[in-house]
Amino acid sequence: MELHQLTIHELQELLSRKETSALEITQAIFSRIHAVDKQVRAFITLTEEEALAKAREIDNQGEYGRIAGIPLGLKDIFCTRGVKTTCASRILENFVPTYDSTAAGKLFADKGILAGKLNMDEFAMGSSTEQSAFFSTCNPWDFTRVPGGSSGGSAAAVAADEVPFALGTDTGGSIRQPASFCGVVGLKPTYGRVSRWGVIAYASSLDQVGTFAKDVRDCALVMNIISGKDPLDSTSVDLPVPDYSASLDGNVKGMKIAYPREYFQPGIDSQVQEAIKKALIKYEEMGAIVDEVSLPHSEYALPAYYLVATAEASANLARYDGVRYGLRDFEAANVIDMFSRSRAEGFGEEVKRRIMLGSYALSSGYYDAYYLKALKVRRLIADDFSKVFAKFDLIVSPTAPTVAFKIGEQIGDPLTLYMNDILTVPINMAGLPAMSIPCGFHEGMPVGMQLVGPAFGESTLFKAAFAFEQNTDFHTFRPALEVK
Amino acid sequence: MSKDYEVVIGLEVHAELKTKSKIFCACSTAFGAEPNTQVCPVCSGFPGMLPVLNEKAVDCAIKTGLALNSEIAEFCKFDRKNYFYPDLPKAYQISQYDLPICKGGYLDIDVEGERTRVGITRAHLEEDAGKLVHQGDITTTPFSLVDLNRSGVPLLEIVSEPDMRSAQQARAYMEKLRSILLFADVSDCKMEEGSLRCDANVSVRPWGEQKLGTRTEIKNLNSFRALERAIEYEAKRQMEALEDGEVIVQETRTWDEGKGVTRSMRSKEEAHDYRYFPEPDLPPLRIDRDWVDTVRKSMPEMPVQAGQRLMDQYGLSQYDADLITQSPQNLKFFDETLALYADAKAVSNWMMGDLTRLLNQNGMEIQDAKVKPALLAEMLRLMADGTISGKMAKTVFEEMFVSGLDPQTIIKEKGLVQISDANSLLPLIDEIINNNPKVLQDYKNGKEKAFGFFIGQIMKATKGQANPEMVNNLLKERLNRE
Amino acid sequence: MALTIKEVEYVAQLARLQLNEDEKQIFAEQLSSILEYVEKLNELPTDGVEPLAHILPVYNVFRADEIRPGTPREEILANAPLVEEGQYKVPKIM
Ligand SMILES: [Zn+2]
Repeated sequence: MELHQLTIHELQELLSRKETSALEITQAIFSRIHAVDKQVRAFITLTEEEALAKAREIDNQGEYGRIAGIPLGLKDIFCTRGVKTTCASRILENFVPTYDSTAAGKLFADKGILAGKLNMDEFAMGSSTEQSAFFSTCNPWDFTRVPGGSSGGSAAAVAADEVPFALGTDTGGSIRQPASFCGVVGLKPTYGRVSRWGVIAYASSLDQVGTFAKDVRDCALVMNIISGKDPLDSTSVDLPVPDYSASLDGNVKGMKIAYPREYFQPGIDSQVQEAIKKALIKYEEMGAIVDEVSLPHSEYALPAYYLVATAEASANLARYDGVRYGLRDFEAANVIDMFSRSRAEGFGEEVKRRIMLGSYALSSGYYDAYYLKALKVRRLIADDFSKVFAKFDLIVSPTAPTVAFKIGEQIGDPLTLYMNDILTVPINMAGLPAMSIPCGFHEGMPVGMQLVGPAFGESTLFKAAFAFEQNTDFHTFRPALEVK
Repeated sequence: MSKDYEVVIGLEVHAELKTKSKIFCACSTAFGAEPNTQVCPVCSGFPGMLPVLNEKAVDCAIKTGLALNSEIAEFCKFDRKNYFYPDLPKAYQISQYDLPICKGGYLDIDVEGERTRVGITRAHLEEDAGKLVHQGDITTTPFSLVDLNRSGVPLLEIVSEPDMRSAQQARAYMEKLRSILLFADVSDCKMEEGSLRCDANVSVRPWGEQKLGTRTEIKNLNSFRALERAIEYEAKRQMEALEDGEVIVQETRTWDEGKGVTRSMRSKEEAHDYRYFPEPDLPPLRIDRDWVDTVRKSMPEMPVQAGQRLMDQYGLSQYDADLITQSPQNLKFFDETLALYADAKAVSNWMMGDLTRLLNQNGMEIQDAKVKPALLAEMLRLMADGTISGKMAKTVFEEMFVSGLDPQTIIKEKGLVQISDANSLLPLIDEIINNNPKVLQDYKNGKEKAFGFFIGQIMKATKGQANPEMVNNLLKERLNRE
Repeated sequence: MALTIKEVEYVAQLARLQLNEDEKQIFAEQLSSILEYVEKLNELPTDGVEPLAHILPVYNVFRADEIRPGTPREEILANAPLVEEGQYKVPKIM
């Protein structure tokens, strides 16, 4: 194995035994990036010089901790002090924040090394990373396919061994779906578990920061670092953070696992369903109790989600007005014109579409019919989950209806693209933690299994995911990239 | 014409709350700093920034609510009010829409001996916007500059019922509200600095009509005088328009202080559609009754109670009591002076007369004046024991106001001591009578003027220092003996 | 629910998005089909259901009233397209 192929915990061990150095690892990572990213196109910005300097500094200090000396990638939605943060949008093409987002700052404080900023759908609006204003990212398993989205760059970078781990955000499936498409582990924690401060907002009541990793152990390790109350984020919750690594005992005996019948419907690829069913059998073999349940309001989650998310987005994205930062149209005759033209030039199609939808749903005369209705449905969806979690420890389903689709295949029809999120969106609506882990292959592409836990039940997810990983080898497969 | 119409006024008052830091970030709220020096990514609306609520702002809102007899909501939340403007960094203002922190309430005003109860509809917390600086007039300026120092300063918007019927009542409401906010110590209420701002909703209707007329909203009322004048002007304008058979257009108007007119801000073709929705970045508030009780117990004496005390204890009129309770500093000055000199009426007269006049002339606040309660009390004592005359006291007071010296020193320096000694006055009176036999004859013939002539001569001879009352009595006695 | 061009124009104005005629046409069609899809929610009776705006059972999150130095002016203005006299410069209002 080469350095760039290793997990965090493997690198950590080498570092602690002084068999490698932060500099060697960082160099290995960048030579890998230089070798494959021309094809994968995961990165928007590389921070090679700073990374190498930081690696040397860490080596000089000679103390390695949890992620000290380990390179990492950040979805370009995380503000990074002094490093361009674009959200894959023209409107922020030259924006350089004066602050580090809390989650990124925690990784830096733990001596993690930023390798670069990763591609995404513009403002996290999309499920394929084709909505990036700059370029599409390719799925490392098949360059003709999408990596999923919106955190497609993060998933692809980890899958292509360009970084050992990366952070993403998940508003309706934006971590889990690309994790599924790229065959890596992706966790969206409970809403409120990780600070959103400094993370560019899409839909504030749904957005949550999470992580991509090569295995469950690494995922737990990163979560140990980024979780917890942040005084700067009023919605981050003041609950103790358990040691997630401690729940990796591989024991699921007696664990009650539910699979919702609504998540195994004809719209879901039968081969994908097959892979999950096999995984459920595996769980039974490991001593878990598996049973079918119903989440009766599931089919309403997606329409409700698109109203809630776009309404919030219409307000969150209003600040891009060309006054204080970002793109400005200098031809405008007056300030109203300046707003309208700057925004028209700066935002891509999908972003405009969602701003329009959200503004409409909130506008005078329609609020009750759309937005308020959606909030009521949101309550019903959350209640569905509460009822299941009163009796079960975990819910298991496919992460996405299909494996990764072809680039260009779903462009032009927004509704079809939205359907990608049908299995992930309800979890955001309920604010619950969920994880996607590799559980099979179809058409040579990875299939992801979604594990959903009760609020702040991340430990249960780690426990179940780790047990599955211990008894299978799906996580060990890596795409055979042709290095040019 | 105004006999035929009734004016209906409601006020929306924005009070900046007296917190050290802004409502959602830790930037300073201090007034007068260089542009954009009290800002951070949060109050400048940068990407990824989140609000965290200043607890003191909530305390201030509860205090105000209690002082205005409002119901303090057990549950309330924040909402986003969406609109684009260059001084509104997020393009939404965090405010409270359907669940304000204070509901209902009232305050009483007294105008020309008549008491009116003005209902409070609601009071809600929100953040202030920044400041837009134009080169000249907003309609002609080629560009504007944005200063965000004020962006995020906590505001309490207090909305009244349309219960006022005259500009004087509106002014009285504003003055009473200001004194309440000052006593509750929740706002500086400096209208000139914009920490207390007011919009007036004005409509007129024929007497006896139940339905409210179409209202206009007047903005930019940054003094009591402006408020009063603008409402008077606007009411008259509306009445004239109705008389001329015109229709009142619901619109926003601005007060032009220089020209003394309200002007239409040209109702934009676009209707306001603020698209309010619950602010997802801020968890709601649950204000339990213990919290409210704690605040209630910490409440200082309010102007209504203080005024009642002044009337009960010292027999002051409602008018005097209102004036003294305009601000806690005023009341403090009164109370402290009274502790040293127990004539409430005299203290009140001097405070409301010369002191207020001089403060206004110099644009000063009572707490900044060099005249302190001890000085005023001492001056009043000297006046009472005849050391100085009322006229001298005016001179002494003006000197105290300028120099802050004690009255004894001023009297000595200016040689202002009153001659109240009969033994030194009598020879002078004799001399003047003897030197003017013709006038004496006139007096004897019943010419009243002659008496005044003698007084004038005596005062002149004593450089005005003779105790006028004593001169009066002595002269009368002396002349009667002729 | 089909959206008219006029409604699209109204919403675009609210959202401060300048759209050309083609975009208006496309958005009218796409938004109409999305709205048609979300009409599905009307199948669900929701009378008496409390709207869920905040998913966490969390209340009263405060900070103390303490001042911390803000961002230096040069730093906060560094990203601005146009600056004059330490302020953001914008074209005329009217
Ligand atoms: Zn600030």
